[in-house]
Amino acid sequence: MPQPLIEFRCVRKRFGRLVVLDGVDLRVLPGQSLVIIGASGSGKSVMLKHIVGLLRPDAGEVYFDGQRIDTQPERRLLVLRQRFGFLFQMGALFDSLTVGENVGFPISEHTTKTPEQVRQVVAHKLRMVGLAGMEAKMPAELSGGQRKRVALARAIALDPEVVLYDEPTTGLDPVRADVINELIVKLKRELNICSIVVTHDMNSALRIADRIAMLHEGRIIFDGTPAEIQSTTNPVVRHFVTGEADASELAALGVEKRNAAGGAMPQRWNLNAEGRP
Amino acid sequence: MALDLIESVGRRTTGVVVTFGDFWRFVGRTVLILFAPLRMRHVRAVLPQMYEVGVRSVPVVAVTGAFIGMVLAVESFTQFKAIGQESRLGSIINLSVVKQIGPVLAAVMLAGRIGGALTAELGTMNVTEQLDALRVMGSDPIRVLVVPRLVACVLLTPVLTIYSDFLGVTGGWFISVQTLGIPDEAYWLASARSVDIWEINEGLVKSFFFGGAIALISCYKGFTCGAGASGVGRACTESFVASFIAIIILNFFFAQVAKDWYLTIYGVQSIFAQ
Repeated sequence: MPQPLIEFRCVRKRFGRLVVLDGVDLRVLPGQSLVIIGASGSGKSVMLKHIVGLLRPDAGEVYFDGQRIDTQPERRLLVLRQRFGFLFQMGALFDSLTVGENVGFPISEHTTKTPEQVRQVVAHKLRMVGLAGMEAKMPAELSGGQRKRVALARAIALDPEVVLYDEPTTGLDPVRADVINELIVKLKRELNICSIVVTHDMNSALRIADRIAMLHEGRIIFDGTPAEIQSTTNPVVRHFVTGEADASELAALGVEKRNAAGGAMPQRWNLNAEGRP
Repeated sequence: MALDLIESVGRRTTGVVVTFGDFWRFVGRTVLILFAPLRMRHVRAVLPQMYEVGVRSVPVVAVTGAFIGMVLAVESFTQFKAIGQESRLGSIINLSVVKQIGPVLAAVMLAGRIGGALTAELGTMNVTEQLDALRVMGSDPIRVLVVPRLVACVLLTPVLTIYSDFLGVTGGWFISVQTLGIPDEAYWLASARSVDIWEINEGLVKSFFFGGAIALISCYKGFTCGAGASGVGRACTESFVASFIAIIILNFFFAQVAKDWYLTIYGVQSIFAQ
């Protein structure tokens, strides 16, 4: 079995009395596109932040490229993080800088490129995300989808080995969400980078993933291909994938379930042989 | 009931101790980075902060300084006149302005204007994950954001204090000489006898530390603020209150130390002696 690029070994994390990760084991191989799904608040973003050392586990170990990173001092982590790109849920663009300055920021910080060379790289990265010529705009002038694409251009500015996506399609309309999905697939194809995507958007997950893992109550309860998740018999996974509230959840709202699912998973997507929409 | 109370007191005490320790770790890291080699782009990042801290604070510091000098003249004149010492009014006004009121008021005004703005800016960056974005790009937010603000505050608080002192002295002179009719020569003679370079330096040295305290407290509060708009708002209030308290406490210790040194070197010099 090839050496994993990223590995979680029995990672536990709690915030106060809330247990978020309860013994997570996960291995991600180089070049793989892993999508982590799970309900809101299930700890998906917490997992991502453990990968780059923004959070440290209470117990367990996190490895990147064979090095244990959860025990590294911040000074060492700053160097390691240059091998990652991270797309934040809301983009996290620096609102006092222009689009060009945002994308050029990591390049100016960590390379010895001249301002002209930085401008060329920025223009190239913006072309890759379909936003050529937007260098002078301020983040406040951009739409939600454009902000995410600029954030993505910034995330890949240093040609990272791994790109982490935190809810890349949240808050976008279906068309813009699809643009982001296609962009993630394109970047993976062109740059051959390892992608880890956290989402609760199943449409997005099926389009992007080589492999899907589901986090539920602090543990990975499913780990398989898009085709396998379509045929799983695990009721929790099936419940999440179909996206239907169960009777107990509706009862809490005082609403009766109108169309109880008999067992067959509704065909919400037209899937190809690989299980993709 | 009693156990709940003990638990609550214990939790609060632990929280205060943890915050205090965390703040000093933050200060330690900032100081370490401050003396690490910097690239030209980091030096350039100080200039916009100097404009924000220095140039844009001039009006508020000017108005405050001038009016405090004027108020001191108005309030002191009657008492000095009652004992026939109104010609010595300049000594008490200028000594107060240069040693205490000028530096402290300039610092308090900066804590309100700059401290609040720094906390709000960094707090907003914190809640919108911009600080995390810096970290995951391999940049240290303390080096990129805190150090330029600290340098600007430390360098420009003394400059603003000089400005505040100058306008306080001018305001006091204007009311004393131009309005209350104290002879010009007597006013300045009394001032020159009581205010020397020691008093001016004492005010400037402590303003240097006031600037550092304002920047470090405000940046720390921004970096550790709670989620959402209410978290940022609360952090701004806490930042001003903590900066204000730090200024007052630092001022007390500086006054004590400076007085002890002065007495050791020069002995007692009464402003009424000559």
